[in-house]
Amino acid sequence: MQEITREQLIAKAKELLDKGTVNRVLGWKRGEFDWDITPALFESAEELDRDFVWNDFCGANFSKYLIAETKKQPPVTDKPVLVFLKPCDTYSFNQLLTEHRFERDKVYAVGIPCSGMADINKIRDVADGVVSVKSEGENLVVETLYDGTKTLPFADMLAERCAVCKSKKHVAYDELLGEDGELLDSNRFDEVEKLERMTPDERFAFWQNELSRCIRCNACRDVCPACTCEKCVFDNPQSGVENKAAANSFEEKMFHIIRAFHVAGRCTDCGECSRVCPQHIPLHLLNRKFIKDINSFYGDYQAGAEVGSRAPLVDYTTDDLEPSEATKWEDTNA
Amino acid sequence: MRKVLLESLDSLFAAIAAKNTLYIPVDTNGGAKFEKWQEGKKLSNALHTTKSPKDFFFPQSECLMKFKTEGKNIEIIDTRSESEDFAIFGVRACDARAFKVLDNVFLKEPVDTYYQNRREHGIIISLACDRPAETCFCGTFDIDAANPDGDIVCYKTESALYLDAKTEKGQGLLAAVEAATEPAEASEIDAAKQQITERLNRLPLADLKSDAFGAGKTDTYFNAPEWKELSEACLGCGTCTFVCPTCQCYDIKDFNTGHGVIRHRCWDSCMYSEFTKMSAGQPRLTQLERFRQRFMHKLVYYPENNDGLFSCVGCGRCVSKCPIGMNIVKVMKKLGGSVND
Repeated sequence: MQEITREQLIAKAKELLDKGTVNRVLGWKRGEFDWDITPALFESAEELDRDFVWNDFCGANFSKYLIAETKKQPPVTDKPVLVFLKPCDTYSFNQLLTEHRFERDKVYAVGIPCSGMADINKIRDVADGVVSVKSEGENLVVETLYDGTKTLPFADMLAERCAVCKSKKHVAYDELLGEDGELLDSNRFDEVEKLERMTPDERFAFWQNELSRCIRCNACRDVCPACTCEKCVFDNPQSGVENKAAANSFEEKMFHIIRAFHVAGRCTDCGECSRVCPQHIPLHLLNRKFIKDINSFYGDYQAGAEVGSRAPLVDYTTDDLEPSEATKWEDTNA
Repeated sequence: MRKVLLESLDSLFAAIAAKNTLYIPVDTNGGAKFEKWQEGKKLSNALHTTKSPKDFFFPQSECLMKFKTEGKNIEIIDTRSESEDFAIFGVRACDARAFKVLDNVFLKEPVDTYYQNRREHGIIISLACDRPAETCFCGTFDIDAANPDGDIVCYKTESALYLDAKTEKGQGLLAAVEAATEPAEASEIDAAKQQITERLNRLPLADLKSDAFGAGKTDTYFNAPEWKELSEACLGCGTCTFVCPTCQCYDIKDFNTGHGVIRHRCWDSCMYSEFTKMSAGQPRLTQLERFRQRFMHKLVYYPENNDGLFSCVGCGRCVSKCPIGMNIVKVMKKLGGSVND
C-alpha cells in the first residue's frame, strides 16, 4: 500500500498546472492491466483524471526522460515540466545534474513517498493469469483467470531492489508530498557477498549461466539513467565493436561488463536494468559489486547523494588506496 | 488419434528423441526456453517460452558462409550443416501461425535457403493452450488456440496427452513412436477443446478487433497524431522485436578474421537507431518513425503484401515484456478507436 494516493498526486499536478508553475506533467499512465504502466506526459486536468495512475507498479524512474524533455524547443520548454520522483529516483536525478545532462530550472520536482514497488513476475510465479492486482492494507489482492482470488503479502511481492531499499529519503526536490523518510540500513550487498564467497570458477559459471540468456535487446542500457551517451559505442558501426547479437553463448560478457565499468562510480543502484530485463538477468549485481568495492577502497560513497560530488574514481587524493593494495584485497577476497 | 498418459510423457519424449532430435520448453531463471530433450528434462508448465520458437528456423545469429583467400583465389565455404530432421514439442497456436508469417517472407522468391533447409527438417508438434494467459489475444487475428496448426497437434487433459497427426510428416513421426502411445477417440478431447474455447472467450483482451486495420490503411494511419503520444516513452530497445515470433528483419555483416572472412547474419530491430543505415544515412530519423514502422508493418504493410494476413499473432510477449508497458494492444485501441469514433 502506498502512503500517498493517486488523487493527492493529481491534485498537486492540477494545482501546479493551474498556477502556471509548470505546463506539463511527467507521470504514470494506466495500461490495459494494473501492471503495464507507461511513462507519459499529461498536459491537462482532463488527461490527468482519465489516465494518470499511481499504484504498486509505478517503478519506472523518470529521471532519464528529463534529458529529452528539457531539450524540447520552446514553447514546450517555456515553463518547467513537473516530475514526480520517488526517493530512489532522486539519486538518479542528482547524478544526471552532476553530469550536466539537463538544466535544473527546466524541471519542477515533486518528491513523493514510496512503500516499494511490486514485481509482477513474483506475482505471476504464484498466481496463474493475473487479471488485476489491488492493494489492501499489507496485502495485494490478485484476481486471476485460473487461481481465483489470491491474497499475497505485499512484502513478499516486492521487487528485489525495493526489498533492499537503501533510502526513503529524497535527496532532491522542489517540494515534498508527505513526510520525508530516512536512509535505511540496507542489506543490499548480501547477494554480492554470496558471489564473493564463490570460487572464481563458481563465479564464472554463475555469470556464464546468467549472461548466456542475454538477447541483446539493450533494454538495460536504454533504460539506465547512467547510460546517457548520445551515441553508444555498441551502436556505432565505426567503433569496431558494434554488434546486434551474441557471436557465441558467452560473448555477452563483454557488453555487460564493459557497461558495468562504464557506469562504475556513477550508478546509483536504482535497479532499472534488472527490472526491464526480459530474461531476468540480475544485472544490478555487477553494478553493486563495483559500488561495494568503491566503498571498501575509498570509503562510503553514494552516487547522486548530492549534486556536484566528485566520484572517488575520478577524484585523486593522496590518501587513495594504491592499486597494489586493491589487488591484494581482491586476492584475499577471491 | 493417439494418446499417452501424462505419467508416461517421458517415454513418449524418449521415443521421439530416439528418432529425431527433440526440443521441449523447460523452465530456466529467465522463464521457459526450448531445450534439447534428454533424460531428466521436465516439460515447463509455462504458456509461452520467453523467446519464440522462430529461432529454430531463423536463429538470432548465424554464420552464413566463410571465405578463404589464397593468392588470387577465393574459396567460399558453405557452413550449412543441418541435414537431419528435428522435432519441436509444445509450439503454441500463435507461434505455429507465426511460421506461416515467416514462410511468406523467407520462402518467396528469392528463397532464403538457410530458412528453407531448416523448415524442411523441422517437425512442429503443437500444443493447444489449456490455460491461455491474460496477455493473449490470438483470436484478434483469427487464430484458434483450440485448433493450432502443426504437423502433430496435441491436447493436454488432466490425465493424458492426445496426439493428432495433421500432415504426412506428422503421420510419419506418430507412426514411428506408436509403441509409446495408445489409441484414442477424437471425442475424448471434445471437453478439453470446449474448455479452451470458453477460456479464450473470457480473456480480458478477447474483445480486441483487427477490423480497423489491414491492407489499404496506410493513408488512414501513417500521419495519425496518436503516434506521437504512443511513441513518446519508447526507449528504442529491441525487447518487443526480439521476443516477437514474427519479426523477421536482419542484418548481414562480414568480419575479417585475419585468415579470411566470416559472413554473419543476426536479427535486427526497426526500433534501433542504426537500423537499415545506408551510405545516404538513416531513413527513419526519429523514434516516432521507427516505432510507427513496427506497428504499421504488423497491421498494414504486411497484410497488404500477403493477402490480408496480419503479422501479429497475438502471443502477448510484448505485452508482458515491454520495459515501458507499451504494446500493440494499446496501439490498436488508440488508433482503431479514434478512427471508429
